[in-house]
Amino acid sequence: MEVNKKAYEAYVKEVTPVNKKLPNIIKAFLVGGIICTIGQICTTLIMNQGVEKDTASAWTTLILIAASVILTGLNIYPKITKFGGAGALVPITGFANSVVAPAVEFKAEGQVFGIGCKIFTIAGPVILYGILSSWILGVIAYVLKAFGIV
Amino acid sequence: MQVGKASIKFEEPPVIESMASIVGKKEGEGPLGKLFDVVEQDDMFGADTWEKAESALQKQTADLAIEKGDVRKKDIRYLFAGDLLGQLIATSFGTVDLEIPLFGLFGACSTMGEALNLGSMTVAAGYADKVMAMASSHFATAEKQFRFPLGYGSQRPSSSSWTVTGCGAVILTKHRKEGIAAITGITTGRMVDMGIKDSMNMGAAMAPAAFHTIQQNFDDFNVDENYYDKIITGDLGQVGRTILLDFMKNKGHDLETIHTDCGIEIFDPDSQDTHAGGSGCGCAASTLCSYILPKIKDGTWKRVLFVPTGALLSTVSFNEGETIPGIAHGVMIEHIDN
Repeated sequence: MEVNKKAYEAYVKEVTPVNKKLPNIIKAFLVGGIICTIGQICTTLIMNQGVEKDTASAWTTLILIAASVILTGLNIYPKITKFGGAGALVPITGFANSVVAPAVEFKAEGQVFGIGCKIFTIAGPVILYGILSSWILGVIAYVLKAFGIV
Repeated sequence: MQVGKASIKFEEPPVIESMASIVGKKEGEGPLGKLFDVVEQDDMFGADTWEKAESALQKQTADLAIEKGDVRKKDIRYLFAGDLLGQLIATSFGTVDLEIPLFGLFGACSTMGEALNLGSMTVAAGYADKVMAMASSHFATAEKQFRFPLGYGSQRPSSSSWTVTGCGAVILTKHRKEGIAAITGITTGRMVDMGIKDSMNMGAAMAPAAFHTIQQNFDDFNVDENYYDKIITGDLGQVGRTILLDFMKNKGHDLETIHTDCGIEIFDPDSQDTHAGGSGCGCAASTLCSYILPKIKDGTWKRVLFVPTGALLSTVSFNEGETIPGIAHGVMIEHIDN
């Protein structure tokens, strides 16, 4: 064919519509903000019961994860993400969604090879590289401390 | 008779004597909703897994085509069928009870074109009096295999397509004077790879293949767009259509008014949130058996070039950084004057 691949790639980019950035950013800000506000309300309410801040934060995390799990099961969370994009993906609720969704989907393939093997297909990389990067940072902090730099 | 480089002209054209289409709820709510034989409200088709649901969809569609054509199952010598799943599990499990000798086909979303190519060749050559050609896809099985679990929240780009839950089946019979339509010729597509790597823009991956097959058809039969009342591609969607029309225009062919695309016809992107259009084997197959063939039968269109398009996407090759090659198969379908 007379059109070369590079020219075709540039041409395709030209004719493919792109998502509108500004409305997406506003929606993400709104949804992310609402989720964080709900989290803050939970923390404040729990602390008002005389609970320590750290314990209250742990309870808040649990509540948000539980809410996301239930909303995923009811097929509502995907709709929130469709609207809010990264605003719903980045908070811990998005992470919970990425674990529950494969679990629900692959349940039919069994407890071990279905749920067991596939539950972390989306969240797996986040967990792996999250642990890896904190390990690297830990080593750096250890070395800097050993030399008395920090 | 062999024509040109990649085509066959049938001196005694095989005839489509029966057709059936069954789709899911969303497709039933689309612009073609009323034209399908059956709109199944339960996307699980009474089964307990998505894969079994797609198998049930194939079985029901095949049975319906047999029933509508008043054909005896044992008279169908071969079945040419396929789907999108690994090892063709929708087809292999769905067609067990049919007890018809099977050629399982994988041509991604072009499968109905491949089935019609091979089916009409088999009938025209005299190796079978009747064959069935069938293809299916299911939104949930395709999402699970190629993208994400259904419950996972994500945003789809505007160039992405929506896999059709649907199945279309036709029964081809040897040449005679009556029937729904005749297959007068075929142009078999070849792999075309223009280096597209974006799995969310399959229209761009397939458009060059559609262009190549249509151009090949024009060259082989020494015709142009004026020869046809409609040229209908499988699932190029809005982006792919734009590219195809541009490519054809550069060659001096204006397809603006006579081209349409099953993926564009089957959904209303504004109210159904399907972005670039429908896709999947079931898109071209169910649109053929509900919208295109009836229009050829009643003479609205006398001559149609039906070009199902496929993006040969694999999650393995995609993760290994490979491109998405495309393929498109041309089928010349004509009105039968009674």
